[in-house]
Order: sequence, then C-alpha cells, then structure tokens
Amino acid sequence: MLTPADLDALLLTFKVASLATLFMLLIGTPLAWWLARTNSIFKGFINAIVSLPLVLPPTVLGFYLLVLMGPAGVIGKLTNELGLGTLPFTFPGLVIASVLYSMPFVVQPLQAAFTSIGQQPLEAAATLRASPIDSFFSVVVPLTKPGFLTASILGFTHTVGEFGVVLMIGGNIPDKTRVVSVQIYNHVEALEYTEAHWLAGCLLAFSFTVLLILYTVLKTQPNVQQLK
Amino acid sequence: MPPITARFQLAYEQFSLDVDLQLPSTGITILFGSSGSGKTTLLRCIAGLQKAPTGFLEINGKVWQDSEHKIFLPTYQRNLGYVFQEANLFPHLSVEDNLQFGLKRLDKRPNKTGLQNLLELLGIEHLLKRMPDRLSGGEKQRVAIARALALNPDILLMDEPLAALDFKRKQEILPFLTRLHQQLEIPVLYVTHSHQEVAQLTDTLVLLEEGKVQASGSLSETLSRLDLPFAQDKEASTVWQATLIAHETDYHLTRVAIAGDTLSLPFIDAQPGTSLRIQIYARDVSIALEKPKATSILNILPAIINDFTHDAYGQCIVQLKIGSQSLLAHITLKSAILLNLQCGMPVYVQIKGTSLLN
Repeated sequence: MLTPADLDALLLTFKVASLATLFMLLIGTPLAWWLARTNSIFKGFINAIVSLPLVLPPTVLGFYLLVLMGPAGVIGKLTNELGLGTLPFTFPGLVIASVLYSMPFVVQPLQAAFTSIGQQPLEAAATLRASPIDSFFSVVVPLTKPGFLTASILGFTHTVGEFGVVLMIGGNIPDKTRVVSVQIYNHVEALEYTEAHWLAGCLLAFSFTVLLILYTVLKTQPNVQQLK
Repeated sequence: MPPITARFQLAYEQFSLDVDLQLPSTGITILFGSSGSGKTTLLRCIAGLQKAPTGFLEINGKVWQDSEHKIFLPTYQRNLGYVFQEANLFPHLSVEDNLQFGLKRLDKRPNKTGLQNLLELLGIEHLLKRMPDRLSGGEKQRVAIARALALNPDILLMDEPLAALDFKRKQEILPFLTRLHQQLEIPVLYVTHSHQEVAQLTDTLVLLEEGKVQASGSLSETLSRLDLPFAQDKEASTVWQATLIAHETDYHLTRVAIAGDTLSLPFIDAQPGTSLRIQIYARDVSIALEKPKATSILNILPAIINDFTHDAYGQCIVQLKIGSQSLLAHITLKSAILLNLQCGMPVYVQIKGTSLLN
C-alpha cells in the first residue's frame, strides 16, 4: 500500500504540475500566438530556445538553473535583493524549473492549433465588429480547444514525469520538493520494491489513462476543417 | 448620401495597386478583372483587412483612411458588411449564433423586423438551429450574406461570393442577390470575374487590369466600349433597361419600351410598367442597309453605326446607337466590307434573341 510519505509525494507532485501547467498556459499562449503569426527574424531564435528542453538532458538544464538561481547567480542575486531568498531547493524554485522544462509541450500544440485556423476566422470576426482581443476569446479559443486540451495534458503529464531537473534544482526534501519520481527512486535505493511498485503503478496507470483520453476522445473534437 | 471616394497606392514585389475611384452611393458596383488584377486587394483595402501605405477612403461622409493625416480605422471599427468567397461561418456557432455574433457587438441594436425580413428574403429562417457543417454551400453563403447585412452597414463588400459554388448552387443564389439588389439602399461593391454576374447585377462597372482602373462607368456604356475586352469576348452583350408595356397573349409575347422604340419578347409574367433588365448578345444582332420586309425576325430597329473594329479572326465588332442606347453586333469582316459599313451610317438592326435578367 501507499505510505503517508508516498501520499505526500503524490500530493506535492499534483500541486507542482497544476501550478506549472497554469503558468505555462499563461505564458505559453501569447508566446505560441506570437510564434504562429509573426514573420519576425527572431522567430527561429525564440522557437529554438523554447524547444531546447526537448533535446537537452534535464540535468544540464537543472545545472544551469541551479547556477543562475543560486546565491552567486544573476537570478539568485535578484531574488536575494528582493528579500525572497534563493530559489533552489524550494517549492517555487521547483515550479519555475518545471515551467521552463515542460514549456515546449505546451507551446508546440498551441502554436500548431493557432497556425491551423489561419487568417479567415479572424478576418470574419473583424468584419463583425470584434476587436482582436475579443476575437481571440470568442473565436480562436473555441476553435483551438483541442489544442489547449492537448497542451494542458502534455504539460501536466510531462511535469509529473520529470526527474533530472527536480533532483538538480529541488533536491529531495519531504513535503517541499520530494515529488513522486524522486520518491520512487528513494524506494528503490532502499530496496523497498513493493512500495516502489505501488507508486510506479499509479504513475503508469495515470499516464496511460491520460494518453488514452488524448488519442481517443479528443480526436473527435471539432476541428478547423469544418470551416470550409 | 455622398459618393464613395477611394484612393489607394500599394506596391509589392510582383504587384502594385494604384486606383482613384469615385463610386455611386447606391446600387451594385462590380469590380471586374482577371485574377491578379487587384480587385480583391482593392476590396480588402476598403475593408481595412489590408493596409495600403498611401490611401484615402471616405464612405457615407466618414473618413476610414487618410494616410496623410495618419488615420486608419481598424476593420472592426468600420461600419461595413463583408461576404467572403468561402462563407467563412464560425464552425463552433449555430446559424443563429453566427447571425448574432456581430449584432451582439453593436452599440445600438437594429430592430428585430430588419433581421426577420432579411431571413425571409434570403430564405434561411428554417436553418437557424443548424450548425454550419450541416448546410449546403449555397445555404452557407446566404447565411453569410444575412450575417453581414444584419449589422445595417454603410456599405456591403462581396468578394466573389459565388465563385466557390457549382453551377446549380449559383443559379439557386442569384435570384436572392437580384432581390437584394432591388431592396438594398446601401452601396454594394461586388468582386467577380463572371460575365453572367456582371450582366445580372451591375449598375456601375469598374474594370481593373494589373492594379489599375481600365474603365469605370454605367454597365451599358462600359459593355459596349470597343476598346475594352468585353466587346471582343465571344459572350459579348449589351444590357438594356426596358419597361413592360403590354402583353400579346395570342402570340405569347410581351411588348417592352426601350429608347423610344418597342421590342417583342417571349411572354414575361409581370405587370405593365415593370422595369426589366434585358440582355442582348452581340452574336444575335445582324445588320441590314435597308429595312428587311419579308423576315421572320420581329425586332427590327433603326440604328446609327457609331464605331467598329475587328479582331484577328475575321470578326467585326460594330457599336451602334439606338437613341442614346448602345448596342453591339458581331458580324463577319466580309459582311462589313460587302455592306461598306461607315461610321455615322443609318442602318437597321435585326435582333434574333434577347434574354431577360430579372
């Protein structure tokens, strides 16, 4: 069965992933919109930066974040100045690292969805008196709902599954930074295979269910093809 | 209402637009031209969907663009209706919600009877609850027209609204457009490259070629100009406004008045006094020097030869005047030479057939 420590780890993981997903949507939506519309020369550069975590070993990303957010790093100095202390090995630090690490999983589906609806619905909305912000919420969001769902699910599950970044930036502090993946590692290190089985099974069932929903239910969502 | 002033200059690598137009404030103005002539670009500039760096646009006394004074009203602040080539309905909204989309955003909602009339006129009352993917192409386009007109716009802009439809759907929607034409009080700018739509709908014709205005004027005047491609076209025709006088029921004919003369047409089911639009194809008109006596052709009118030209394929295009009305005739070059046709010569025209456009 799951131990209280396991449940704490599950709860913490859920908190980190929810908060990270929320921030990723808040930052990722305008970013994806800009990437989908712009012809700026910086488009490729920004795309490459956002996608970097896809190919970079998580430990590398974690290492740089640790350095940057540490007492001697640029961000660390800034947070110290503001009286916030340093971020590594704290819950907020873990959320920030997760946002950066999982961002491409949110930005890419959104960018694809925004690109696929094209200019036409926006032009129609403009001729029907809707301002750009109005049309974003009344036309773009409903038309790209599957994209938002995919982005949220991928962002959430990817955050749940992270390990390398967590170890580098969060460490292994119960109730603060000890998420499920780290807890499983602890169990295995201590040769507690039964406990490890329970937690690993939970994650496996969760991930599979989510992906099943993604590929079966969401596929039937209305898509932009019906525009024509 | 004051006329519409539209001046735009815009240049891309492969294409430039340079127009200066004064357009009437009522009736349908057709922007006609081949693809790449700039007709859609001009319409998009008027809608503000595209921004010409240099431009001035005034509609109904309101300035929508004045680049000299850095005025450019964004599309959503312009009181216009726009019908796209593909209906462009919002797929996530029902027909009714599509119609309400613009209405909800108006400061002052027009009264409900306006919308009700529009639904009846376009025959879409029974579709309100449907989703756009359950509509035929013609139905979608009718909803799109109603959606644009429901806002009581100062101008209606239509970008090839029939181009994406097949022949049958076109025939289904043209009568609605003709009816709209008779009832609308606002100016309509209509982009097309279809001769049929030109003949059926136009009051004013603007001919665009390579981003420039080649000609603009009333339909009958523009259609019969020998220096424009219309007169040379195999389907060349002239369009006349006529008034119904009386019926000859025995012969199943109807007599109409035109330019001080009368014509006999196949029976038209309408009251005397009705205004009619009649199309006469140039290939259906022949020329005689003397009034033909024994002929089966009913419609023989005196005319004056105004001008003529010929193409490289032995065809002579003759422009005639009957009173103030112009008429085109396509005859063979050989006949023109044998008859020794001269400008200013009085002749008789025989009209073999006419078609009614409304």
